[in-house]
Amino acid sequence: MAMLSFEKKYRVRGGTLIGGDLFDFWVGPFYVGLFGVATMFFATLGTALIIYAASQGPTWNIWQINIAPPDLKYGLGLAPLKEGGFWQIITICAIGAFVSWMLREIEICRKLGMGYHVPVAFGFAIFAYVTLVVIRPVLLGAWGHGFPYGIISHLDWVSNVGYQYLHFHYNPAHMIAVSLFFTTTLALALHGALVLSATNPPKGEAVKTPEHEDTFFRDTIGYSIGTLGIHRLGLFLALAAVFWSAVCIVISGPFWTRGWPEWWNWWLDLPIWR
Amino acid sequence: MKYALAFIGIIAGTLLTIAMMLSWERPPMASTQIGPRGLGMVEINNPRTEAKLQKANVAPEADPPVKLSGVKVKDSKDYQNVQVLGDLDVEEFNRLMGAITNWVSPEQGCTYCHNPENMADDGLYTKVVARRMLQMTRAINTMWTPHVAQTGVTCYTCHRGNPVPANIWFKNEGTPQAGGMASSRQGQNLASKVVGTTSLTYDPFTPLLAKGANIRVDATTALPEGTSKASIHDTETTYALMMHLSTALGVNCTYCHNSRQFASWAESRPQRVTAWHGIHMVSEVNETYLGSLQSVFPKERLGPSGDVAKVNCATCHQGVYKPLYGAAMVKDYEELRQPNP
Repeated sequence: MAMLSFEKKYRVRGGTLIGGDLFDFWVGPFYVGLFGVATMFFATLGTALIIYAASQGPTWNIWQINIAPPDLKYGLGLAPLKEGGFWQIITICAIGAFVSWMLREIEICRKLGMGYHVPVAFGFAIFAYVTLVVIRPVLLGAWGHGFPYGIISHLDWVSNVGYQYLHFHYNPAHMIAVSLFFTTTLALALHGALVLSATNPPKGEAVKTPEHEDTFFRDTIGYSIGTLGIHRLGLFLALAAVFWSAVCIVISGPFWTRGWPEWWNWWLDLPIWR
Repeated sequence: MKYALAFIGIIAGTLLTIAMMLSWERPPMASTQIGPRGLGMVEINNPRTEAKLQKANVAPEADPPVKLSGVKVKDSKDYQNVQVLGDLDVEEFNRLMGAITNWVSPEQGCTYCHNPENMADDGLYTKVVARRMLQMTRAINTMWTPHVAQTGVTCYTCHRGNPVPANIWFKNEGTPQAGGMASSRQGQNLASKVVGTTSLTYDPFTPLLAKGANIRVDATTALPEGTSKASIHDTETTYALMMHLSTALGVNCTYCHNSRQFASWAESRPQRVTAWHGIHMVSEVNETYLGSLQSVFPKERLGPSGDVAKVNCATCHQGVYKPLYGAAMVKDYEELRQPNP
């Protein structure tokens, strides 16, 4: 496969975590590595299992395919394949594939002498998934507390689990997470609009520089976080949003069993005005 | 000054954090599956708070059965003005009177309702109320079996040793408001205990626990095609009533509903049918029985708007999905399960 002119610069040997030089090669433009192989293995097996488990279900309707976790009675044990066992193995494959992919990202970072921002960011996404299908089920004592794999069915799960706490908008961590998600989109909208405006000047004018961008925000809101700063802020907002969403679900059940509105009684019961 | 402010801030922050942290619970939790696997149809309970609740909701032991005397109350000249329980045997009648005293006025005794000089005297309003409540109990036990089944209710189900049951409601017109644009808060935006401390409508009972009220706010189509005429305010009032139901029964929304479509009976659990009958039962109890006592109660027993005390789900349930965990008290007092004369 043809190589782009600048690609050679990035094809650096070494930097692998384990396995030495064994898998330190590229297929076309793609770095492989031990964890690339592991990702392929888990992703292929997991996908094949999803398709096979779907074939054992009642429908091929893409919206309605549902691979559900076991009944609660199986606790933290293994369930028969067609009664949640598929879900358990697919979960292992998913975590295997996600974590391998993150480790492959780390190897690439090491090769390029970069910081680990990308694998750390992906790690937060994995953490949120693991919270849903491992940490919370373990804290509640049954794999059956995980969410089902299906486009509509996982939404039904979200809805029912939310209404178990009567009004999920009163969940304090959910409040923080939602605020951060909205702030992420706001920051992205401001940043995107700014970059597009600066780089697409009217005919006959030159592309604007970061000084111009800073001045725009200093004029409008009195402060500009700067070209580097906006990316740091974006990373923080996005990761914090994901982190607090993981928190908001892990506290629902293991650390709070009643309605979320009732949690705020600590505020209503403060000795100053109770 | 700069440091003093920071110092006060740190102290306040720490105290608030402590106050907040004290409310959390911890695993292990008990969970029960109530629907197909993977749909989140699950009840999660804290076994430690559940144990406390169980201790607080124990039915008293039934009085030992008495030997019947063979004389009916209405045939005995010692008993006058017995309008509801006249068909009872005298011994059975006295046993029930004793039980009612223990259930309703254990500290105040017989004289809470009776004039000790003349037990037949209707001078005390409490006696008139008690008579109406006996008719209500019999009506519930005979005509509302879709809700109370064979478990039934006795005075104790609501009263629990209190002359006035702990969970009653009056019309709540809210706090006095300023005039002009601030003249109404639309009956909401005050954290209210009866609706699970949400800021939803704080008096959902007056509009919805009345006969013929329309609780249904869901549209029957996915797109807004006018199948529901309910406003957001109507919707929140129904939500508020449902919050009350959940809090009163110690359960969550999925105890009755599949939240995929709240309105769908086909996807709901059978418990929803029981609850439906319960809502209608409460409306009838409030209108036919408590409503009829409006002129009987003295002023101090009426609410701020001058209305009579009324019942809701919490009056009987008191935080438990079945009052007293389903203890069937009425089987020891069959006279409370007779049709009204």
